[in-house]
Amino acid sequence: MIRFDRVGKRFVTGQDALSDISFDLKHGEMAFLTGHSGAGKSTLLKLIMLMERPTQGSVFVGDQDLSSLKSSEIPYLRRKIGVVFQNHQLLFDRTVFDNIALPLEISGYSPEDAARRVRAALDKVGLLTKEKMTPVMLSTGEQQRVGIARAIVNKPELLLADEPTGNLDPSLSEEIMRLFMEFNRHGTTVLIASHDLNLISRMRNRILTLKGGRLVAGA
Amino acid sequence: MPNRTDERRRGAVRQPSASATRQTKQAAPAPQAPPQKGAERHKIRFADQRRNWTRNHVNVAAKAYHRLWASPLSTFMTLAVLAIALALPGALLAGLKNLQELSANWGAEPRISLYLHTEVQNDKAEQLSRELLLRNDLAAVELISRDQGLLEFRQSTGLEDVLQYLSDNPLPTVIVVLPLDKSATALPILREKLAAMPEVDEAVLDMEWVQRLSAFVAVSERGVLVFGTLLAFAVLMVVGNTIRLLIENRRDEIVVAKLVGATNAWVRRPFLYTGAWFGLLGGVIAWVLIQVSLLLLEPPVERLAELYESQFEISGLGWQGSILLILVSTLLGLAGSWLAVGRHLREVEPR
Repeated sequence: MIRFDRVGKRFVTGQDALSDISFDLKHGEMAFLTGHSGAGKSTLLKLIMLMERPTQGSVFVGDQDLSSLKSSEIPYLRRKIGVVFQNHQLLFDRTVFDNIALPLEISGYSPEDAARRVRAALDKVGLLTKEKMTPVMLSTGEQQRVGIARAIVNKPELLLADEPTGNLDPSLSEEIMRLFMEFNRHGTTVLIASHDLNLISRMRNRILTLKGGRLVAGA
Repeated sequence: MPNRTDERRRGAVRQPSASATRQTKQAAPAPQAPPQKGAERHKIRFADQRRNWTRNHVNVAAKAYHRLWASPLSTFMTLAVLAIALALPGALLAGLKNLQELSANWGAEPRISLYLHTEVQNDKAEQLSRELLLRNDLAAVELISRDQGLLEFRQSTGLEDVLQYLSDNPLPTVIVVLPLDKSATALPILREKLAAMPEVDEAVLDMEWVQRLSAFVAVSERGVLVFGTLLAFAVLMVVGNTIRLLIENRRDEIVVAKLVGATNAWVRRPFLYTGAWFGLLGGVIAWVLIQVSLLLLEPPVERLAELYESQFEISGLGWQGSILLILVSTLLGLAGSWLAVGRHLREVEPR
């Protein structure tokens, strides 16, 4: 599902964020991406989303070589990928429902179809009763779950998460991780960046470890 | 156009063959979600495409309109600036139209005044005027005798005292003729012919002031054009700047939308509609401003026309003018937002 082939990313400042990264994530696999902050976890995820382009090597999503994608095609790539952010990137002037409906609205689903899918996603993250609230009225854990619902509402084949448990206490973190495992059981490929080694070592999934921009374990 | 490009979307990221089976597996435990078999889902979407696209546009337009009134004060101020910038050339255009009408009415009757030599006697002059009446290139002939001329001069100027000092009537006999052919080429030729007659001292084509008026109208036309172009730029800049601020305010929303796969067209659309709304509403307000000013001008103009014994009536923009004004202002709003969006949306990228 994701393949990195000798990928390097050098910033314009001359700093190497990633160098010589090669790994292969199979369809339906779930893996963690770990390392100290600044090790390049976020950069790696951004390469998959095409928020950044590699300066060396190539990244494949599905069978598609991302370097061959024109910038006008990037939106269609992103619709295939669900992303959960550490700061959840929710819109605070919209209800929970509208936040989750955004990807569907963008993809052009009819309102009825969208509403059904939004409720299904809300049900999965256990927030069915809070659809009319705005994100401010929710706890941090709930906000993160809204972010997850938005990431999966489109039924993406690939789910990326950047420190999804960064601000959460251990029990909530575990709950969120269970949610990801649940999606993975239903066939979604999942890649989670997290520095919470304690938590992820308990999950017994594959762990990709980055150190100073190089992949030191898990390839 | 998220739906229209759905086909391309599928092409953009090709799924491995395993994905079909995986997708059905994925949908199975979610009873609310419809079956996810690629072909079936796609067929439904295809049939809905056009409807969804239209609905999306109507929704976006409606949302953009409501969003305008979320900050009523700034919207009102922007609209006021737009309306004034649009009303000025609009009003000038209406004024110009009135002027053209005026010059068209008056320019219809060019006259040639024949000033006879002072030694030509009255009976000789009368004979000449009868001869002229027989000519087939003249529509009418009017003889103004020297005495008659003096009388009219007295009445119209009130220079009675000055005239008393003159021993003799200084005015010549005048014959005013109305040519049949009123074209600009024929008139000077006719004037030449009449001037060549032995009794005629000078033949003056009374059209110079009409020509001057039409030259004045031409200058005004150009003026309105230049002025209008400048103000059109002002409208572009005002809308562009307003849209730039809106983009700045909605930065987060744009970033999130782009992260979940919004195309540039999708992100652009609400701003374009906002610009068009600004243009349309500004145009409508400008129209009202123009009509009200014309109403205010009407009584004094009527009085002026009365004094000139003219039937002239002030006319507004008319249907054509009104539609043109509103169409042009809407297009200017759209163009202004297009400029702003093209320049500033590129800067808003998720990082």
